[in-house]
Amino acid sequence: MLDTIDMSKFPVDRIRNFCIIAHIDHGKSTLADRLLEMTGAIAKTVKNKQVLDKLQVERERGITVKAQTASLIYSHQGQQYLLNLIDTPGHVDFSYEVSRSISACQGVLLIVDANQGIQAQTVANFYLAFEAQMAIIPVINKIDLKNADPERVEKQIEKVFDLSCEECIRVSAKLGTNVEMVLQAIVDRIPPPVASIDDPFKALVFDSNFDHYRGVVANIAVFGGQVKKGNKIVLAHLGKTFEVNELGLLRPHEHPTQKLCAGQVGYIVAGMKDVKEAQIGDTLYLQDQPVETLPGFKPAKAMVFAGMYPMDQTEYPALRNAIERLTLNDSSVTVQRDSSVALGAGWRLGFLGLLHMEVFNQRLEQEHNASVIVTAPTVPYKAVLSSPKLIKEHGSEVITIVNPAQFPEKSVVSEYLEPMVLGTIITPDTYTGKIMTLSLKRRGIQKNMVYIDEQRVMMKYLFPLNEIVVDFYDNLKSLSSGYASFDYENADYQAADLIKMNFLINGEPVEELITIVHRDHAYNTGKAMCERLKESIPRQMFEVAVQAAIGSKIIARETIKAYKKNVLAKCYGGDITRKMKLLRRQAEGKKKLRRIGCVEVPKDAFINVLKRKD
Amino acid sequence: MIGHTLHAGRRALYPGLRYFSETPCGEIIEDVLERTDYPRVTKQASLYVHWPYCLRRCSYCNFNKYIPKDNNDHVMTECLQRETETLLQLSQVSCITSVFFGGGTPSLAHPSTIAAVLETVSRRAYLSDKAEVTLEVNPTPAGKTKLEDFCRAGVNRFSIGVQSLKDEDLKILGRDHSPHQALQTVDEARRLCPGRVSVDVMFGRPNQSVESWENELSELLTVCDDHVSLYQLTLERGTQLFKQVRGGEVTMPAEDVTAEMYQCARRTLQQHGFLQYEVSNFARQNAVSHHNRSYWKGGQYIGVGPGVLREARTQTLEPDVWIREVQQRGHATRRRIQLSHLELLEEVLVMGMRMTQGINPKHWESFSPHLGLHEVFGTSSDVQELIRSGQLILDDRGLRCSWDGLALLDSMLPALLVELQRQMSQRDDRADGRTKRSSDPQ
Repeated sequence: MLDTIDMSKFPVDRIRNFCIIAHIDHGKSTLADRLLEMTGAIAKTVKNKQVLDKLQVERERGITVKAQTASLIYSHQGQQYLLNLIDTPGHVDFSYEVSRSISACQGVLLIVDANQGIQAQTVANFYLAFEAQMAIIPVINKIDLKNADPERVEKQIEKVFDLSCEECIRVSAKLGTNVEMVLQAIVDRIPPPVASIDDPFKALVFDSNFDHYRGVVANIAVFGGQVKKGNKIVLAHLGKTFEVNELGLLRPHEHPTQKLCAGQVGYIVAGMKDVKEAQIGDTLYLQDQPVETLPGFKPAKAMVFAGMYPMDQTEYPALRNAIERLTLNDSSVTVQRDSSVALGAGWRLGFLGLLHMEVFNQRLEQEHNASVIVTAPTVPYKAVLSSPKLIKEHGSEVITIVNPAQFPEKSVVSEYLEPMVLGTIITPDTYTGKIMTLSLKRRGIQKNMVYIDEQRVMMKYLFPLNEIVVDFYDNLKSLSSGYASFDYENADYQAADLIKMNFLINGEPVEELITIVHRDHAYNTGKAMCERLKESIPRQMFEVAVQAAIGSKIIARETIKAYKKNVLAKCYGGDITRKMKLLRRQAEGKKKLRRIGCVEVPKDAFINVLKRKD
Repeated sequence: MIGHTLHAGRRALYPGLRYFSETPCGEIIEDVLERTDYPRVTKQASLYVHWPYCLRRCSYCNFNKYIPKDNNDHVMTECLQRETETLLQLSQVSCITSVFFGGGTPSLAHPSTIAAVLETVSRRAYLSDKAEVTLEVNPTPAGKTKLEDFCRAGVNRFSIGVQSLKDEDLKILGRDHSPHQALQTVDEARRLCPGRVSVDVMFGRPNQSVESWENELSELLTVCDDHVSLYQLTLERGTQLFKQVRGGEVTMPAEDVTAEMYQCARRTLQQHGFLQYEVSNFARQNAVSHHNRSYWKGGQYIGVGPGVLREARTQTLEPDVWIREVQQRGHATRRRIQLSHLELLEEVLVMGMRMTQGINPKHWESFSPHLGLHEVFGTSSDVQELIRSGQLILDDRGLRCSWDGLALLDSMLPALLVELQRQMSQRDDRADGRTKRSSDPQ
């Protein structure tokens, strides 16, 4: 039936490409559901909940991870319009996905919760759209809520984003109130894409998925001309030619059509067997009609690294497969083989941010049933080398260090650099004092602080990324009773007084525990790690010293006292059979213990110290 | 006794063969390997008889025991006799060297039951007049008045569950006697069996301090006989006490405190002339329990009664079912387990090391004629390290713990077991190699 859609009925001026951006839980997916229903893309049933959020992790966390596309056919003043909704991930951790989506759009719906008002993520998202020079339609959602205060939110929007109150549309996506106005605004306020059917065919690959049966399914935005089934197309990056087997609209499910024309957005299947062949950001053109390639995308840079190891080394191949399959659809994750004496063979994975890492882990567990040990996240440091010999060896003056064990000594380095982020915190003003104390503790430098309304404050801080990768967000949430929101964007590197800290167990250094810290935090970090080690290493027959050291200087120490008594001083009932069983198990376990000097350490002792605190 | 005695008899350790009397659930599973390389197949054994009933459950006890529903003394007596008879016959043991009545609360049994069982033993095997016959006693006035009759029935040693001399503590522990009643029972037992009375006492009790324990023990030593069994209270899941501790009603002393209590008790007992012969057992005037010692030395045992040798947590055991089975088949043996040679040596090691005298080379040789004690442990670097640090001693007298080492035995046993397993498998490999070579014509 959809084959009957004549794509040439939608010239460029009847096309609008837009995305929706919002803070978590402000109702982006619900609004998308309503838009799909009202334009007949999906049947109107009570079951339509977050239709575009296909992943379990997306539905559970109320976030969008993977961009999705849906083409809506909307009749307005006697004309049919093709509205392409490109659903973007809400979090800047996924800004790579966001910027890909945005490059195919001309406008954005900026959703703000009528009760919660502007949140940190709203701000980050706004600037992404603003910098891309898109038309922004502010939508105030959840006006049906008892505590909704749309006026206050309109004032915030005016103050923070400099958008006038008249531009705001008050809706209840849940009830469908005023959603029709949103559709009208899309047509009226968002400009059509700049593209001409008369130009040679030219399209941007803005996303790709892998399908086991058909190979790569590429999402494309057509910037000129048209493409039909059977056409021979070239992917500019590799210069390889493929024949179009299938193409069509995403509504949001695939609906094959005969062709896709300038300004339109859809999918294409052309016998590409490897996602690498359809690189995101690549340009498509017709064979024999080469065009100037589109600027494409800057590759995403991993900013948070963590070691990932199988719970049991026998699960290594299974975990490898799971990671490969996941990265197939998420090229922003960098994968490097790594191994640790304590944890065995594994990987050091790089993520765009913390949420990205969490989502990746969750998907590994949920979609691939893999149980993994994740070490505490680290950030990529840089070192400016001073020795000409080393510079020659590395081929550059500045090197990036991902694994703390490879952190070069101060003596060969003129300067260490650490990655910075610009953080946005929005909070009720009652918590500003506490938040400032927390930020100061995390070496944050306040850049800005404004009241966005009578009670709410927006603060901007420059943070070392390292300071926010572990439990900053949790602390912020708990000290503000959950009211403060936080988001950040990357902000280049800065010189920092960094120190490599070793941990010693009865004088023996343990490589996998090496930690990079700022000098100001050396003592606290060392002490905290020693305490955690003390809890994790069982008592032995002799005293065990756990020390944190910088170079040859010990800065913290904990002592695990020797056992004074460890003998079962009673045996009754089945105790002896039980005791024999336990002893045999201990003897078996003893063969697997890690020995550091004379100290026997169970494998999970370091895991407990290395893994992120839940 | 209710709980805290080393029920040596619950183990039927015999080179290669044990008899388990368990809940019957169908046929006997026979898993007996023919072994001919054991150095001694003895006709001697100790006998353990289990009385499963208690009047009430102690707050710290998760031992599976049963409150008797009605008077079934007669049936129990018959069944204990019948099973004793059957197992003696099956094991082909001709001499019983000691008998131990444990429980549950065996002092709840009628003295005639004890007499009947002992008569049965005498009928089926040789039981010397001098053989040690111990009964666990719950020191209530009722228990006390029966002591004389128990003696007449053939009991010649009492093990009395005093546990504590503090009224309050006995209440927390859920015991049904007072300190005064306990002491009266000890007096009566000493009158009847002078020099053959043991008292059980428990440390690491809720809210106990080292000082109060020291005083309590000194007080006990002025009234007790020549044998003391010292037990540390361990908190078991599923007990009343466990709930109380978790709910914050009572506090258990910390690990370091109980360690101090143990060492302090060892010193005090030594000062009073008691020699420690095992982790938990102390005797003066050579009043060592033969039954228990035979057990730690890996002697042969036969266990009679419901629940003998069962694993407390994994199997439930109904005396009623046991009774039915014995009535139908003459015994309720569910499994006969053949220990592998390695398993047997592991037990000899684990049990032997609990004794202060440890394992002497001769004793080891009787179980392991082809692999001597020094061969097994003499070359291990782990063992050398333990010797160097003064925890372990290996010399002509054999392998044993030092005074300090005994308190840390459980930390050393895994290393010893690993060494034993390694040496045994190397020996097997060598044996295989020899077989191969000899069968190889070249």
